[in-house]
Amino acid sequence: MLRNSLLALVILALGYMFLNVYTTYDTRTDLSATMNSGETIAQHFASKGAQEVGAANLVTAIVVTYRGFDTLGEVTILFLTASIISFFLKLKDEESDSEIVHRDTSELLVTASKVLIPIIFLFGIYVFMNGHLTPGGGFQGGAIIATGVALMILSQPNIRLNYHVIHWVESISGISFVVIGILGIILAGGFLDNKILGLGEFGTLFSAGAIPIIYSFVGLKVGAEISNILNKYQKSQKSNDAISN
Amino acid sequence: MMNIDLGHISLLIGFLLIIVGFWGVLTQKNIIKIIVGFSILNTGINILIVSLGYVKGKTAPIIDAAVSQGVNHNVVSAVVDPVPQALVLTAIVIGFGITALMLAYAMKLYSAKKTLEINKFNDLKW
Repeated sequence: MLRNSLLALVILALGYMFLNVYTTYDTRTDLSATMNSGETIAQHFASKGAQEVGAANLVTAIVVTYRGFDTLGEVTILFLTASIISFFLKLKDEESDSEIVHRDTSELLVTASKVLIPIIFLFGIYVFMNGHLTPGGGFQGGAIIATGVALMILSQPNIRLNYHVIHWVESISGISFVVIGILGIILAGGFLDNKILGLGEFGTLFSAGAIPIIYSFVGLKVGAEISNILNKYQKSQKSNDAISN
Repeated sequence: MMNIDLGHISLLIGFLLIIVGFWGVLTQKNIIKIIVGFSILNTGINILIVSLGYVKGKTAPIIDAAVSQGVNHNVVSAVVDPVPQALVLTAIVIGFGITALMLAYAMKLYSAKKTLEINKFNDLKW
């Protein structure tokens, strides 16, 4: 009882706080700061971004170039998550071929997944290659590819994903990301500078310097990492079933 | 009360999702439901950050036909703030990592005690 009233109090206090913010909030009408009169970072990105980076999508320009180091850290965090899960769900009989007899998957799911999986992969590749032109990018494209892998696991519960392919794709894309960053120091202005290739014609696929290449590697890496996590879940589900049976 | 626009609507949705997620995390007993609560909380905070970057009547920060043509033609007065969107992109990925880790822990906890009730895990309680 005391616990419930305390919980209600916490929620109500949070709601009251939010209500005050909500009633006094005014939607911004331009990108300028309210406090000082100088140029804000958003104004700089909006006015100079196209010239400096050459990417039509300003969010991509910020994520891959202006804050590229942050993105490297982000990819590292994802890698760390995949490693921790691999370590944590480590199985004693990982290499054994003990197969669980699952209930048959629906014929509809199996047939539809055969049609859909190549299209999903293709769409994921499209999304991360066009990250500098359209809403999307490496992380989104990688997540779309991983949904294809999830569909594959759902339709064929006993499928064995080739761990070595995932591992190599992930490692090579990660190393290439860092190598491109270091090439930026040698050939252009600094780490992860995208001007190591020409900026190209604004708004075309081969523009914005190294951004499409970097984002393709990020997409492959994210897709491989999420597939790796899904693979681990699938395998440890097998071991859980084995214990309970 | 005030004029309602997209900024206010998304701010309200963000606040509501945060409260719902917080309530879920605090009151639910099932570990999977707690994880769902964390996901909702995460989504609410992301919507909140994006809505703070909204500028009234402006379009997405992608320079194409919707923004007046040309590489440097008055882009500043046509787009919303791109910085919060870039930050939220990072936050979504971190949120994914946290959710994946929590699910892995939930699997491990289930294999240890064959239950997902949080009250059953009282080994450190005294």
